[in-house]
Amino acid sequence: MTGWYMLTIIGRDQAGIVARVTAVLYEMGCELGETSMLRLGGNFSMMVMTHCDSSQQQIQQQLEPVIRDLNLHLHIDAIDGHLHDHIDPNMQVSVHGADQAGIIARVTAILADNQFNILDLESDVGGTAQDPVYVMHIVGTCLKEVEQVSAALAPLHAAGIQIRVRSLDTLIG
Amino acid sequence: MAVLPILTYPDERLKQVSEPVTELTQERLAFIQDLEATMRAGPGGVGIAAPQVGRFERIVIVDVSSRKNIKHHGRLVLINPEITEWEGMAIAREGCLSVPDFTGNVIRAERISLSALDEAGQLRQIDTEGYEARAIQHELDHLDGLLFLDRLVSRRMDLYQRKVYQK
Ligand SMILES: [Zn+2]
Repeated sequence: MTGWYMLTIIGRDQAGIVARVTAVLYEMGCELGETSMLRLGGNFSMMVMTHCDSSQQQIQQQLEPVIRDLNLHLHIDAIDGHLHDHIDPNMQVSVHGADQAGIIARVTAILADNQFNILDLESDVGGTAQDPVYVMHIVGTCLKEVEQVSAALAPLHAAGIQIRVRSLDTLIG
Repeated sequence: MAVLPILTYPDERLKQVSEPVTELTQERLAFIQDLEATMRAGPGGVGIAAPQVGRFERIVIVDVSSRKNIKHHGRLVLINPEITEWEGMAIAREGCLSVPDFTGNVIRAERISLSALDEAGQLRQIDTEGYEARAIQHELDHLDGLLFLDRLVSRRMDLYQRKVYQK
C-alpha cells in the first residue's frame, strides 16, 4: 500500500523531537511533503504530510520507540493529499485586542458568512497574565471586496476588537 | 514575437550575474519583444528579467498597470537599471515565473529611485513606490542571480512585527 498520510505528533517540548521523528521516517523511505511544526503553550506540535510505501501499522511500529522515549502522542490518518496544490490567498484579516472569550469564534463566524475560506490562521496571546493581549492573523480567499468584509466585521469594533482587512496581491515576476 | 521557455529553479543558471548591455542592436530589440510576450503569456506576470529566459543581460520589463488602485509608470523596459535610493520597508507576498507553485513573504524597500536606459537608449530617472517598486526590485534581483527565495521571511513573522506599515 502506498499513499499519503498525515501524522499528528504532540508532546512536551524538548530538543530533538523533529530530528528523531524525521530520521525514522527517512530511514523507512518516507518522503515528507508540507508540514507545520510549532511550539504551543510549552508543547511541541507536528503535522506532517508524508508519502510512504509502508502501511499505517508499519509507520506506527517504526515510530513507536521514539514516541515512547520522548513521551509523545502520535496519530496517523491516511489522507487524499497531493503536493503542488497551493492556493494563493487574496485577503488578510489581522485582529488584536484585549483577550476575551470567543474572539476566534465571532470573527470566523462572520468570515464564514462571507464565504471567506481560511488557508492559514495564526493566533497568540501576549501581554501579561493580568492584561492579556490577543493577536490573530488570518489569510484566505474571498470573492467579496475588502470593504464588504471589513463592514461585516465592523460590529466587533464595539467589543474593543481591532480588525484590519487587507487585500493581498501576490506579485509574480 | 515568440514566447520563450522560462528557466525554473533549481536551474543553476538563475544564480548567474548578468552583464550590462553595451549596444541596442535590432536583434536585442527583437529579443525585448519576445521577453515581453513571454511575461504576458504567464498567468498574472507583472515583470520579467532577461536571465529568466537564459539571456544574461541586464534587461528587465515591468508592467503593473493591470493592478487596481496603484500608482505606476505603465510599461517599463529597463536596461542596465541601477537603484540609487531606497526608503522604508514593507512585507508582501511574492511568487516568480521561475519558481512554480510557491509564494512567500519578502521584505522590500517601500520607495526607490532608479536610473535605466529605455529601448531608445535614453537615460531615464524613475521614482516609484509600493507594488511597482516591489516588482522592479524583484526583477533587478534576477540580474544579480538572486531569487525571492533568497529573501523569504517566515510566514509567521508578520504576526510579531512591531511596526505596522499602512498603505
Ligand atoms: Zn522572478
